Formats: sequence, structure tokens, C-alpha cells
Amino acid sequence: MKANVKLFAILREQAGTGATTLVLPEGATVADLIAALRGRYPALRFDAASTMVAVNLEYVSQDHPLRDDDEVALIPPVSGGAGGMWRCPGGVR
Amino acid sequence: MIYLTQKPLDTEALTATVGNPGNGSVITFLGVTRDQTEGRQVLWLEYEAYPTMAEKMLGRVAEEVRERWGIERLSIAHRTGRLEIGEVSLAVAVGSPHRAEGFAACAYVVDRIKENVPIWKKEVFANGEVWVGMEGHRHAVAPER
Repeated sequence: MKANVKLFAILREQAGTGATTLVLPEGATVADLIAALRGRYPALRFDAASTMVAVNLEYVSQDHPLRDDDEVALIPPVSGGAGGMWRCPGGVR
Repeated sequence: MIYLTQKPLDTEALTATVGNPGNGSVITFLGVTRDQTEGRQVLWLEYEAYPTMAEKMLGRVAEEVRERWGIERLSIAHRTGRLEIGEVSLAVAVGSPHRAEGFAACAYVVDRIKENVPIWKKEVFANGEVWVGMEGHRHAVAPER
């Protein structure tokens, strides 16, 4: 199956791209996708504890199973608005 | 009304969208780009969003406000792209019968946006740049363990 991956902010800069497609074995989870992504982009450096993952626009945990054609976004700490507060509501490991 | 845009925010127009004869209070919050962070001079800022998800999450925040305070008149606009110092990055307008719930709802919206709406801010300095939210998370840029 394939996953459509989106990268933002610092992760986009590290990878040198904001979007890529990964082909994963059936039954792959978010954790498997992250491992594959690190393999493809060695310059990608992030602590998964402070990075959230969204599948089809919903936050999910690392053990979330993926389906063919899912849109998977890696979400580094957000900082919208005019300040810099960030609280982690439960990032993946 | 909820939207993201690369153009300067029209805060008057946004405020007008929450107008209602039942309002006794209209509160507008403007998030403005600041010229310094911890003593470092900021030259300009760049905002990046995951637009489809950001708009969805902002819609969810509006639902939370409706459930918690019964407020229906709420508009949120967030700008993306390069912003100069002193420009408005975020505008929130809340119309309500009384001011207390309006202030509370407005503060709640701004806090929620900083928590879980996928919008990022980069501060550009004379000698570098930083994605806000990452600077205090040293592990975030450390090699994989």
C-alpha cells in the first residue's frame, strides 16, 4: 500500500521536500512509516515524542494502522497565533 | 467564518461577521508580530500551515466554544506566509450577549490555537532563524537515539 506523506516547517526543511509517497507493507503502522521516512531522509532529525502524527486530518498514536492512500502528516510543535506556547497533548513515542 | 489567507487580514470585515442584534459585546483579539524574542531582534516572520487540517481544527475549536458558552458568533482568521513586524497574524472576533463569556471564549480560542492547530511560525533574525516551539525542545533536533 502507499501512504501520502506531508512534512511541515522544520521537518520540511530538513527533508528538503514537503510531500512524498512511501510504499509500505500491508498492516504497516505509523511507527513503521516513521522508520521508513527516516531511512529515506537521513537528514530528518526529530524526537518523535515532540512530533504528532495526523492521518487523514486526525491526530493518531504511533500504533495506528495505515490504509492504502492515507494522508499522513508529521506535525512538529505548533506555534500559531502571536506567541510561542506549546503543550503536548500526547505525542507519539 | 474561519479562514487562512496569505493576504493582510481585514480585521474590520472579520469583526463585522459576528454582528448580531442580540450582542451586548463584541470582542476582537489581534495577534501581532513582535520585533524581538528574548532580546534578539526579529527581522520578519514566516507562518506555515497545514491548511486543510488547520481549518478543520479551527472549526472544532468553534464547536467547543458553542458547546461551552453557547456562543454562535465566532470568527477566526490566520495569516500565513511572510509577515513584517507589527502585522496581524491572527484575528479572533467573538460576539455574545454579555462580555464575560466573550472574553473567556476569546482567550480560550487563542490558547487552543497554540495547542493543537497545525500552524508554525519561524522567526528570522539577522544571524539566523528558528521555528518557534522547537527552540525549547532540544531533543527535537537531536539525532535519533
